[in-house]
Amino acid sequence: MQKAIPSTEYANEIRSEPIEHRFNPYSNNGGTILGIAGEDFAVLAGDTRQTTGYSINSRYEPKVFDVGDNLLLSANGFAGDSTQLIKVFDNRLKWYHFNHDKKLAISSAARLIQHMLYGKRFFPYYVHTILAGLDEDGKGAIYSFDPVGSYEREQCRAGGSAASLIMPFLDNQVNFKNQMDPESNGTKKKEIRYLSLDEVIQLVRDAFSSATERHIEVGDGLEMLIVTKEGVRTEYFPLKRD
Amino acid sequence: MNHDPFHWGRPSQGTYGDYNYNIAHASNVDKSNKSNSEFPKMHTQQPMITGTSVIAIKYNDGIVMAADNMGSYGSLLKLDDLQRIIPVGSNSVVGISGDISDFQYLERLLDDLEVEDSYDMENENLKANHLSEYLTRVMYNRRSKMNPLWNAIIVAGFDDNDELVLKHVDLLGVAYSSPTLATGFGNHLAIPLLRQKVETEDDAAKLTKEEAIKTIKDCMKVLFYRDARSWDKYSLCVIEKSTKSIKIEKDVKVEGMKWDFAQHITGYGIPQQ
Repeated sequence: MQKAIPSTEYANEIRSEPIEHRFNPYSNNGGTILGIAGEDFAVLAGDTRQTTGYSINSRYEPKVFDVGDNLLLSANGFAGDSTQLIKVFDNRLKWYHFNHDKKLAISSAARLIQHMLYGKRFFPYYVHTILAGLDEDGKGAIYSFDPVGSYEREQCRAGGSAASLIMPFLDNQVNFKNQMDPESNGTKKKEIRYLSLDEVIQLVRDAFSSATERHIEVGDGLEMLIVTKEGVRTEYFPLKRD
Repeated sequence: MNHDPFHWGRPSQGTYGDYNYNIAHASNVDKSNKSNSEFPKMHTQQPMITGTSVIAIKYNDGIVMAADNMGSYGSLLKLDDLQRIIPVGSNSVVGISGDISDFQYLERLLDDLEVEDSYDMENENLKANHLSEYLTRVMYNRRSKMNPLWNAIIVAGFDDNDELVLKHVDLLGVAYSSPTLATGFGNHLAIPLLRQKVETEDDAAKLTKEEAIKTIKDCMKVLFYRDARSWDKYSLCVIEKSTKSIKIEKDVKVEGMKWDFAQHITGYGIPQQ
């Protein structure tokens, strides 16, 4: 221990630790993603704008990827971690093929992603991850993950900056939450049913054009990847660029 | 004379007690003092000598890129003949802003790549897309060690299919591509001017080389006007797809500046009738 020091102004400046201006390894690169599963298809869509702060880095920087084996993957949040996660997944999938010579099932891919995310539990990938594809029975599947790997299979999920704007809309329009059967005069809940691909595409476009209106980090373009048993196809729709 | 205040001597221990190295954030000055040697290893927390913006725009037959020749040490003009646009092989150029020592380290890494690539004497395999990928990985891995290379980089050139590549990579390992790119202050001052000319890839396909060069020169002028850490001497790089050429013009001066504006504004500077 130090001896008592007479209290002068200079001595009052004592600190037990040096002043630190720590380097921040994370940033938020905006954007939003959305996955919806249908009976025999799944879509995963994302806007194509990339931002840092108030700057638009790029108006077309894709973030939804067809990673092979009829799987779509997107990680939204910090773009550095997002590209790294997808790159590591690509590599793990390649080695899976070398070792087992078979297709990776979506349930297995989801478990792999959990381990990849949890493996960095104490220096997390700062991303909201969504995986889309078809399950073993050919039904559409969406898996969503938090940054440290907790995951769940769902019918639909929005992730990223405008997730809180889109998710309630999805609850209402995909899972028919708070909707009643009009015939029953408000006594019976509207029964859930699978949406058709056309309905889903329209829903996704509406969700993104609305999010573009209300969120500054969302806009420029909407890239939608659609997976069916025939394979993956991509559609692009422009969004407002303001 | 030793200018370190901690070697100037101090009042006797009998009167004031043991010297407290924590006074005034003295940090790890005395390594023999145990309480002070326990600080963790320090990494780069701030850039020292820095280079300011690099800007680039795509046009119908290539890319034009520019960066000035200055290295500033805070507000001091420390270096005035610094080449911040460097060719790597004959397929790519790299423009680097940010910390100059980290830039020189990157220069060495890129030189190593070039040497390795040249062992194959028949083909040049190192293309701009490989370079941007490599640099993104280097930057991301260093940020993950909490020891970043304090730079923002623009890579331009040709890929495996001789198509144009234009990529931005920063100290966090975030990479992106756009027909107009800028680092640092250029993001605020040059990008709006560049995007006025080229908003989409279609616009880039309509822009001529002469217009692109003029736009970049105008941006360098605006940057010299308003970015206090910029210089009026810069390098201009022109990439041409049709001839597969990359030319770097050195020591270009900012032209057509007007500094007499103040005297024409009523109420500014000298009193007017």
